[in-house]
Amino acid sequence: MSEALLSVDGLQKHFPVTKGLLKRQVGAVKAVDGISFDVRKGETLGLVGESGCGKTTTGRLITRLTEPTAGKIVFEGRDITHMSQGRLRPLRRDVQMIFQDPYSSLNPRHTVGAIVGAPFRIQGVKTEHGVKRAVQDILALVGLNPEHYNRYPHEFSGGQRQRIGIARTLALKPKLIVADEPVSALDVSIQAQVVNLLEDLQNELDLTYVVIAHDLSVVRHISDRVAVMYLGKIVELADRKNLYSSPMHPYTNALLSAVPVPDVRRRTERERIRLQGDVPSPLNPPPACRFHTRCWKAQEVCKQVEPPLVELAAGHQVACHFPENAPAKGDAPAEAAATA
Amino acid sequence: MTVNAPSERAGRHFLDVNDLKIHFPTDDGVVKSVDGLSFSLERGRTLGIVGESGSGKSVTSLGILGLHQGSRARISGEIWLDGEELVSAGANHVRMLRGKKMAMIFQDPLSSMHPYYTVGDQIVEAYRVHNKVTRQVARKHAIDMLDRVGIPQADRRVDSYPHEFSGGMRQRAMIAMALVNNPDLLIADEPTTALDVTVQAQILDLMRDLQRDFDAALIIITHDLGVVAELADDILVMYGGKGIEYGTAEDIFERPEHPYTWGLLGSMPRLDRERTERLLPIKGSPPSLINVPPGCAFHPRCAFEPRTGGKAKTEIPELLEAEGGHLVRCHLSREERRAIWETEIKPNLEATL
Repeated sequence: MSEALLSVDGLQKHFPVTKGLLKRQVGAVKAVDGISFDVRKGETLGLVGESGCGKTTTGRLITRLTEPTAGKIVFEGRDITHMSQGRLRPLRRDVQMIFQDPYSSLNPRHTVGAIVGAPFRIQGVKTEHGVKRAVQDILALVGLNPEHYNRYPHEFSGGQRQRIGIARTLALKPKLIVADEPVSALDVSIQAQVVNLLEDLQNELDLTYVVIAHDLSVVRHISDRVAVMYLGKIVELADRKNLYSSPMHPYTNALLSAVPVPDVRRRTERERIRLQGDVPSPLNPPPACRFHTRCWKAQEVCKQVEPPLVELAAGHQVACHFPENAPAKGDAPAEAAATA
Repeated sequence: MTVNAPSERAGRHFLDVNDLKIHFPTDDGVVKSVDGLSFSLERGRTLGIVGESGSGKSVTSLGILGLHQGSRARISGEIWLDGEELVSAGANHVRMLRGKKMAMIFQDPLSSMHPYYTVGDQIVEAYRVHNKVTRQVARKHAIDMLDRVGIPQADRRVDSYPHEFSGGMRQRAMIAMALVNNPDLLIADEPTTALDVTVQAQILDLMRDLQRDFDAALIIITHDLGVVAELADDILVMYGGKGIEYGTAEDIFERPEHPYTWGLLGSMPRLDRERTERLLPIKGSPPSLINVPPGCAFHPRCAFEPRTGGKAKTEIPELLEAEGGHLVRCHLSREERRAIWETEIKPNLEATL
């Protein structure tokens, strides 16, 4: 359980901003700016944050769909940070991605059979009873009718299309699946079906997930550990239970208290933290602690010194000068020093 | 609510929608987007309309505003707003009511504002349609309104273009535009769906404050049960173009009686309770509005359909009163529904660890 399948160290992605005829670089969007985490075998790691925090870029970096600016990505002990596309090809079997929009991520001119069978063709995988049979088995696995092999994507509903996308990622029995907002385009009743399907498949096929989502309740439901991102940085990383019951970073606290809760009895008595303003632009993020412009606990030090991501309790990392719910000083100084 | 004859209903409430039908003829058949919808609303109250995509909630709101006139839609039924009937009223008359009497906040503020005009110009235009004032007076009014909805430095931002605003500020500007003529009825169609959760919380707070100050009737349309629980006094749950359950927010969240409402509650992971091991989804997917299933539109997805003795497949259930204004459209008897909720549904929803 504790073995790391994927580890990321100091990962950065800066998108250059150019100006004029000569494409002179005038700045960079620091989409991901130095993040480190491990994904352990068999677990589900949730990545949450608001739009523009870099969670989708992180997903595209670890699947190597975009080239990192700096940092290191290690998958099963191999450094894949700058591996060439040719050498990545065999790796693509092991790392797959589920996309957000089931309408634009399936080719409308291909049949379901062609879409789900494509991985076999591309990777040159031989199947025992032929590709068609293998595809039909996978369709049945994700709860689709195998007889729909020859249908086109437009004949399916949103939830069924998302199942087709999931079937495609499962074709080659990957080890790691990166799911970018897998349910946010679906209706509530269909969301629950897909969430349950992802959980069942994980148990059956021993999969490891990185789930990227903005919906904190969905992330709590499916993740074992959760990383909260803000403007290209991880601000808090902890077990699901600790993160939701005793969040330490003020931003996590604010996020959790902003979620509307379907409980009419308690709507008036809930204590709320209301953040002012919007997320600053990642083109020009605030110096030091990036959250200090919206934080109610911010002091002078937050504007000058960037807080490192340190372990304050077992398995609970936070990047904040004034964390909440933190154990009393002296409880875990040795660990904190070691990880800092 | 459903049993009254039209003449009795006219003008009894501030807003009365009675047996509203909005059908769209297409090459593939008639799309029955709204099919016999009735509800009412008073000033100062908030109604939440909840449903999945294709349940007819947005079509209903556009119908109330008269925005289907001139399209291919076939509209029947009655909409009474403050004593006036709107379905049979002339397009020009409804146009004069729009903005002044009723206004709308759309889901996506970027595509519903004109990119070529400044935010101020657009608010000024909306104000001057209904008020014979000079540009300067209207501009002052627009600045006041922007200030009221919490836009910092409103006197400077009034000259900004929509693209210069962030998502949350654009939605605030939309709200300012909708409220500039002090409408009596405000319809918000998914007002926070495009926003981040921290900004969503700000906008929900703002809407709650404004409604209290303006004493308008507010209809909030959303698929997010959390958002309606924050704002709504009453809730209407729609499925397949019909209202299937109507009641106070307490009725819907504490004592829901329709199997579809149970399904929605079971599908939703909740932050305020212990995490459940599994979600309890509804099987299947929402119906096509061209081929709505016969009988109860929900029967192919309903776990309790066998208990109706086949009635659900052939007969459309009536929307009947269960208790004190709580209306349910279901063939199961009241006692059966209460028993199922108490013994089979509620314990599963609250199952802890």
